[in-house]
Amino acid sequence: MAPPSSGRRRRSRFSPLTRQVFLYLFCLIPAVSDIAQGMANTLGPNPVSVCLHDFGRWAFRFLLISLAVSPLRRFAGLDFMVYRRPLGLLAFSYAALHVVFYVGVARHFDTHVLWKDFTSRPFLTFGVLTFLILLVLAVTSTRRAIIALGRRWTKLHKLVYVAMILASVHYAIAFKTWHTEPFIYAAIAAVLLSLRLVPKPGKRTV
Amino acid sequence: MAVYRYPRPASSDITPRRLFFSRRALLGTAAGGVLASGLKPGMAQADAPVAASARGWPAAETPTPRDDVTHYNNFYEFGMEKSDPAELSGGFHPRPWQVQVDGLVEHPQVWDLDALSARFGHEDRLYRMRCVEAWSMVIPWQGFELGALLRAAGVKAGAKYVAFTSVVRPSEMPGQRGGLFSLRWPYVEGLRLDEAMHPLTLLATGVYGEALPAQNGAPIRLVVPWKYGFKGIKSITRITVTDKQPPTSWNQMAPEEYGFYANVNPDVDHPRWSQSSEQIIGEGSLFRTARRPTRLFNGYAEQVASLYRGMDLRKDF
Repeated sequence: MAPPSSGRRRRSRFSPLTRQVFLYLFCLIPAVSDIAQGMANTLGPNPVSVCLHDFGRWAFRFLLISLAVSPLRRFAGLDFMVYRRPLGLLAFSYAALHVVFYVGVARHFDTHVLWKDFTSRPFLTFGVLTFLILLVLAVTSTRRAIIALGRRWTKLHKLVYVAMILASVHYAIAFKTWHTEPFIYAAIAAVLLSLRLVPKPGKRTV
Repeated sequence: MAVYRYPRPASSDITPRRLFFSRRALLGTAAGGVLASGLKPGMAQADAPVAASARGWPAAETPTPRDDVTHYNNFYEFGMEKSDPAELSGGFHPRPWQVQVDGLVEHPQVWDLDALSARFGHEDRLYRMRCVEAWSMVIPWQGFELGALLRAAGVKAGAKYVAFTSVVRPSEMPGQRGGLFSLRWPYVEGLRLDEAMHPLTLLATGVYGEALPAQNGAPIRLVVPWKYGFKGIKSITRITVTDKQPPTSWNQMAPEEYGFYANVNPDVDHPRWSQSSEQIIGEGSLFRTARRPTRLFNGYAEQVASLYRGMDLRKDF
């Protein structure tokens, strides 16, 4: 698979896998930093809620970045395709941390309370659905799954668009009043999603 | 003058000063391990908490650390984040300060804050504080009963409610500048007259033995311990006795989420949070929050339940 602008790109000294692993580990720094600060008790009066919300925001950010990869290649000629999988997995990892902090740390794995939360609180329902999609996408992100699913893999992974919309709603309605930040995130998401609607030249819609 | 006796933890339940200040250090070193097993620092000291719960008091009835009380605040006039009020209130001037008392009273008057303190003094009140966001603190306030001020003002016949108005100073309160989706200013609150006259209802001028910091509602604020925290209007400029139910800020913002009464009630959920339990701020660890069941009227049912006899608390939430 030759990217259109490969001629201009410098060859890296490291293999794609090494670079992917390095990016993934590097981008876990915010999580490590939060947990370290939380353990050192420098995150303020409610460290759990700081971590919980930070992880959620990082999940959203990596979801946005992973969705920017293909428009960047198509419209700006910048090819970061090799990093798309680790970026997607980072979105999932932060979402998983976010969920673990909610379910375990904040709610003490109380299934009764959680079931009530997830079924009666719209913003949590949106959150759960988002996470389930990311979970499915993460487990089908292996080379083996890609080969096994074939063309269905592409279709399945279009679910990330749905996840993006659900996450935007989850974040926007999670507060007592409307906050500005969720709307900035949602606006970026809307741009990234609408870029997918731009018809591809020389390729007819099937 | 009769001194009102209100339920408070026995002195043996209050964390000693020395231990209290070593808590932070303890939390740091113990991170996880010991704390996750449910053991609280100070518990080893005595079996006081056990004795306390035997008297019907929650086990961990110790004052929330001062740092947490003053750095975890909802005060939207300064910003929407919990840390905003402490960080962004540096430009606020709580003095000089006047409180106008008017409406259906015999003696309408503009009180200077010092005159209020001189006339009504202050006493210590250790109250539980339950936020509508399902977290709680235990706060040592200093202040005087709102009832004392209202009696001095002479409430006229026909009065049914008390309306409160907070301050509007966009130049000193960044949260009041712009903000597309923020609350309407000034923040307003209200109580039924009998609630206002209840001896638990406090006008606080201090916390932890010092004048209220700006972020806690300087220089004078309302504390109604059996109601959700947002009823405790901060930086009060006006108290008006009236015959009509006054508008209240959060109720105006989202009437289906915040009622006029806003009594703490574990059986009436908020659309975004279950109210059946609460996170105890200042306790627990990064790996396990401290939680306890929420109690009807925040544990003050014995004192205030009679105010609501015959009312449907689901309807009048």
